[in-house]
Amino acid sequence: MSPTFAGILFIGSLVVALVLTHRPVGDYMYRVYTSARHLAFERVIYRLIGVRADTEQRWSVYARSVLAFSAVSILFLYAFQRLQDKLFLSLGFDAVPSHIAWNTAVSFVTNTNWQAYSGESTMGHLVQMAGLAVQNFVSAAVGMSVAVALVRGFARKRTENLGNFWVDLVRGTVRILLPIAFIGAIVLVAGGLIQNLSGVHDVATLAGGTQHITGGPVASQEVIKELGNNGGGFYNANSAHPFENANSWTNWFEIFLILVLPFALPRTFGRMVGDKRQGYAIAAVMGILAFTSVAVLTGLEIAHNGTVPQAVGAAMEGKEVRFGVANSGTFAAATTLTSTGAVNSFHDSFTALGGMLTMFNMMLGEVAPGGVGAGLYGMLVLAVITVFVAGLMVGRTPEYLGKKIGAREIKLASMYFLTTPVLVLIGTALAMGSAEQRASMLNSGPHGLSEVLYAFTSASNNNGSAFAGITVNTPWYDTALGLCMAFGRFLPIVFVIALAGSLAKQAPVPASAGTLPTHRPQFVGMVVGVTIILVALTFLPALALGPLAEGIS
Amino acid sequence: MERLPSWIRQHLAALRALLVLTVVTGIIYPLVATGVAQALFNGNANGSIVQKDGKDVGSSLVGQLFTDKDGNPVKKYFQSRPSAAGDGYDMESTAAGNLGPEDIVDTLAVPGAKDSEGNPDTGKQSLLTQVCARSKAVGELEGVSGARPYCTADGVGAVLKVFPAVGTPTRAVSVNQACPATPFIAEYQGVKVECGKPGEDYAAGRTVAIRGSGKAVVPADAVTASGSGLDPHISVAYADLQAGRVAKERGLTSDRVKALIRENTTGRSLGFMGEPGVNVLQLNLALDRLKG
Repeated sequence: MSPTFAGILFIGSLVVALVLTHRPVGDYMYRVYTSARHLAFERVIYRLIGVRADTEQRWSVYARSVLAFSAVSILFLYAFQRLQDKLFLSLGFDAVPSHIAWNTAVSFVTNTNWQAYSGESTMGHLVQMAGLAVQNFVSAAVGMSVAVALVRGFARKRTENLGNFWVDLVRGTVRILLPIAFIGAIVLVAGGLIQNLSGVHDVATLAGGTQHITGGPVASQEVIKELGNNGGGFYNANSAHPFENANSWTNWFEIFLILVLPFALPRTFGRMVGDKRQGYAIAAVMGILAFTSVAVLTGLEIAHNGTVPQAVGAAMEGKEVRFGVANSGTFAAATTLTSTGAVNSFHDSFTALGGMLTMFNMMLGEVAPGGVGAGLYGMLVLAVITVFVAGLMVGRTPEYLGKKIGAREIKLASMYFLTTPVLVLIGTALAMGSAEQRASMLNSGPHGLSEVLYAFTSASNNNGSAFAGITVNTPWYDTALGLCMAFGRFLPIVFVIALAGSLAKQAPVPASAGTLPTHRPQFVGMVVGVTIILVALTFLPALALGPLAEGIS
Repeated sequence: MERLPSWIRQHLAALRALLVLTVVTGIIYPLVATGVAQALFNGNANGSIVQKDGKDVGSSLVGQLFTDKDGNPVKKYFQSRPSAAGDGYDMESTAAGNLGPEDIVDTLAVPGAKDSEGNPDTGKQSLLTQVCARSKAVGELEGVSGARPYCTADGVGAVLKVFPAVGTPTRAVSVNQACPATPFIAEYQGVKVECGKPGEDYAAGRTVAIRGSGKAVVPADAVTASGSGLDPHISVAYADLQAGRVAKERGLTSDRVKALIRENTTGRSLGFMGEPGVNVLQLNLALDRLKG
């Protein structure tokens, strides 16, 4: 079998698996978020937290709860890292320096998992599993909560209530993420991942050298890192490391874990708004963008254009033999289309246009299918913008799912979409404007700009992958990227919840002959178009100076 | 609780929620997963350690160096891929090379110059030159041609800087070949090609990579660093290339060695996932076991 044909089967099998799981997983999540019953141990948790689980929150209270939980999480994770040398299972590592601790705390709480540190030489086992991995769970659950709140805004009428954040958070964590993670962790150990609490084990190699074999609770963290679209590796080499991704089927399984929840959430959305076709339309937009990107990126890597890939004869630099070029390209597309940012191969050494596509995927705002929860709310905001654009063309007040898209709604949607470009472009400009920050680039010429642009794109969109040649563990980059991650996560969240609040208050308008149907292929095509045009208009100039210049010169 | 201002109550709830979820997802979950994993898949969970003569020698999932103290290949062993992890296959600093596809111009070492820490200036090799140098070294070790497209015969990137950047060339420099080297081509569009002078700034010129007629015999994985720096595999082609040398060193027939390569080759999972690879450590262990 030729490598290209095997690569096509690999993508095809993923598509089949996602189609098969879309319905049961989406339906299950629908029941989790709409059920009136609390499980017995959830009641215990609510009592420990001290919240009344049956009360509902208005949008401002819901948003404040999200922000309070995230703020406390950042402080807790910061303190945890600063105190690691005083705690057990630290493996003898020092306290994490303050700028790295700040960057890492923000990074994991915002679901970004940008890593300015190298896991195997910085973080002890306790910080990894009880600090970082906890945020892998709860930051994903926060994303799903916000998405569900927005969907409730569409589904409900004449109410101030958007649900209870604490209930959504706990249910998302213990009913959805935890069971899948547990089973997934055991599956990954079966594939060869390690799961122990040992420190470093020195062995004498065959040729007479010494190798320091590292230990750790890796599988339990790896699974939630993919499932929750976090992406922060236990080790510096992330999912390229054999202990994080042991063979070619664990690689398939990890890509599947990345995509399974984001692609099932449109089903949950369709069920919640009482019209499954609306969910299919959203899933179709995500699917078209994602499939195109995966196919093109995989194809570009197989084609291996560029001087060094041509000299080598394949785009093998930064890739593992067991995954091969095709499956590495597929992983790279999946991780950047979602907000994951885990890598099984190093994007810095990708072909120029292949590397550009990983950046483009993130610039889409991570909506195809996007991060867990974040992808769905991003895509719904895009749908709102699309009906607005369509409304402008025919001179009608736009509506989506029976809700009028008025001035307040469109202002919130626009601010949502302006946040990340502002952060990315201003951040990149500031870095490029200073000789000291430019010195962090490993590569020169257009590729150096790509490294900086990628860093700010990744941080602001909460992805977390990198053109990893750049040196970012400096106080300036740690602070700047930390701010981008925080603003890039929480400003959009506030806008989304405010939008949900204003939608929930409305009485639905009955559909008329003039209403744009939002479940037909026509609408799917329009949303795809609007998404691509928004990104192209915003980022094309920057891309032209970086990867595009490199790829076509 | 009820008497506190609402914003304090909210943050207290947040803190309590975080602590409860930390216990559930950060302590109970990983510990139970560790217990189950240790019980069901003990070998895997502890790193797939392999032994020789009763002693641990490595992990079957992690590659290692098969070089002597000076970094030269031990000829009786199959060699792993190049590695950017520390000094090679260092599990405490896993890393990729991270150089881009158009990283093709070296910074030549200036003889006698010192860097900011007082060490001799070593310059900086571009990714292209690294590839070319590795290809040449592997070719010499295995007794085959180490030539590649875009590489000079002396194992650096075949790259010119042409001046002026736009218009008819008046000057051409082979920037990766330090003087007094003979440039890999004598002329470029009628202009005599010079060797590169260390320390001179050629940034203003146009970069032209020359493909040449070299055809690669040495496989791609032999000249590139992996993503993790710990790649346990090499391609079947690279293993076959090394088979002759290893057979000769060990006094074995080439067929015997090739049979061992087949035994230690992992195919694609389910026939279509990933690429076939030869596990270098397992293969070398199998060779060592033949003797005893």
